[in-house]
Amino acid sequence: MKTTAVPLPTFRVERSTRTSWLGLVLAIAGVALLISLPWWGGEDDLRLVVEICYTLALAQLWNLLAGFAGLVSVGQQAFVGLGGYALFALTIIAKVPPIPAVALAGIVAAVLAVPTALIVFRLRGAYFAIGTWVMAELFSEIMGQLPDLGAGTGMSLPVAISRAVGATVYERETVLYYMGLVLGIGTVVLVFAWLRSRQGLALTAIRDSEIAAGSIGVNSARTKFAVYLLAALITGMVGALIYLENLRISPDAAFDVIDWTADIIFIVVIGGIGSIEGPFVGALVFFALRYFLADYGAWYMILLGAVAVIIMLLAPRGLWGLLSDRYDIHFFPVRRRVRLE
Amino acid sequence: MDWVNAIVQGALVGGLYALFAAGLSLMFGVMRLVNIAHGDLIVLAAYLGLVVVNATGLGPFLSLIIVVPVMFVLGYILQRGLLNFTLGGDILPPLLVTFGLSIIIQNALLEGFSADDQKLQAGNFETASLHITDQLAIGWFPFAIFLTALAVIGLLEFMLYRTALGRAFRATSDDSDTARLYGVRNRHVYSMATALALAVISIAAIFLAVRVNFDPASGPARLLYAFEAVIIGGLGSLWGTLAGGVVLGVAQAIGAQLNPGWEQLAGHVAFLLVLIVRPRGLFPRLVDG
Repeated sequence: MKTTAVPLPTFRVERSTRTSWLGLVLAIAGVALLISLPWWGGEDDLRLVVEICYTLALAQLWNLLAGFAGLVSVGQQAFVGLGGYALFALTIIAKVPPIPAVALAGIVAAVLAVPTALIVFRLRGAYFAIGTWVMAELFSEIMGQLPDLGAGTGMSLPVAISRAVGATVYERETVLYYMGLVLGIGTVVLVFAWLRSRQGLALTAIRDSEIAAGSIGVNSARTKFAVYLLAALITGMVGALIYLENLRISPDAAFDVIDWTADIIFIVVIGGIGSIEGPFVGALVFFALRYFLADYGAWYMILLGAVAVIIMLLAPRGLWGLLSDRYDIHFFPVRRRVRLE
Repeated sequence: MDWVNAIVQGALVGGLYALFAAGLSLMFGVMRLVNIAHGDLIVLAAYLGLVVVNATGLGPFLSLIIVVPVMFVLGYILQRGLLNFTLGGDILPPLLVTFGLSIIIQNALLEGFSADDQKLQAGNFETASLHITDQLAIGWFPFAIFLTALAVIGLLEFMLYRTALGRAFRATSDDSDTARLYGVRNRHVYSMATALALAVISIAAIFLAVRVNFDPASGPARLLYAFEAVIIGGLGSLWGTLAGGVVLGVAQAIGAQLNPGWEQLAGHVAFLLVLIVRPRGLFPRLVDG
């Protein structure tokens, strides 16, 4: 019998999509609008955008951990709290100026994430999740024992330090606004770049099959460790920024599981876990629901939890998953597609 | 002698942590489900106890006649109607659904009972103690907690190794697909496991409510204690879980004795030390898959 060689079809690998170019144009227009906000927006607008920015940053990082690296953490409040406390310690005790202190606070959080990871990485799956929560409680208890940082009742940031951010209220708010904007947009860009890099490819491979990924030379433990440290670094900076704006810190608030993890998890689950667009959609839903239901207190959280539960059961890839499956839109394509020619 | 007293009390109170942990351990053992709402269900049972005591005038321990069956049925319905749909290969759905449930329960309790502290009163029994020597005294209440933990864990072990239901539990735990081939109805078995876990939780909840103040936000701390006791004891071993609870209770007692602010910290540190030195716990039986 004769065999004929079948010619390999020519193909190319596509990484961008038509909608991703549209996304880029929209993103540039949006960023330009946000940069100009201090000239035409009020103080409340600035504060709201900062809050949206850090919420989005936390959501992107949690999504990177849980949606891409399989590290479902319920303890990210550990790094928000550590970042906040590091800011207070650096500015008050070490006299570091506040703006570099925010960046340094992230590094402090990342350094403390190393021993944390060594401990919690011994636990798998759901036990990993609760282990991260225990670590957050541990850090909270330790901060509550430090008299120089206000012990259990917390402390305020001295006026001189908030003056160092900006002499007038307007100047301070503007500086904090741009820091928030840089952190929010920077996190999205960083996560996008990370997922499109070799690291991201390794993560995708691990997510699809850890054993198969290992067999082609992906070092799963090291890849996950790197993601965990990256998330701690940025989460720490976000925490520092939050407490530079709040001016007051206490262990209970800084390590609060509801504010810094539960809300964030709901945002990612509702928006769509495992995509960069998901946290945007989730944050939109979150802030809209809060705007309309702020007066209902506990009912608001009950509704948010119920929506998240229903979405997890019926549409595990969230609202964005439904949309992008239906219309094939990808603003932030992290996949590679093979096209035959 | 203060130290001996404190450590003995700590060890006995460890029984309470073991009771928290037994339900968590059972659910994980049978269906590999880690219930993040576990602590909030404990607090829910405590509020149920409060409602029963206020409505009927029964004592807190007698209220269990009503609380246990109600929680048992609730557990069955919860598993059958919700949690069964989260089971499968992926770890995200059970984790995130029970996490959502935890927030829902906390806020529903907040809406129904306000954020005020509550407590169940058991009269003299709370403070009465058995004098062993002039300096050493054992409180009747911590002693009762410990005896109850022994009894409950003994009964659970008996159920697991001597009854048909227990055999179904163990079979599903080992290999749920093969168990099904032999006629085990998995969905029913899972629901029975959760029902039993919630019945055990109810007993723990009443002891908790008599011992300390509780409020709608008290749940997560109980989940963490239960989790620490399970990990210290080793996965899958109920007697190990009791040992884990005792280690946790003793560590907290020693911490509190050193400095009143160190009670929680000492418990967490003991957990970390065990995790570092013996990652699989003191008496492991199951391999965590």
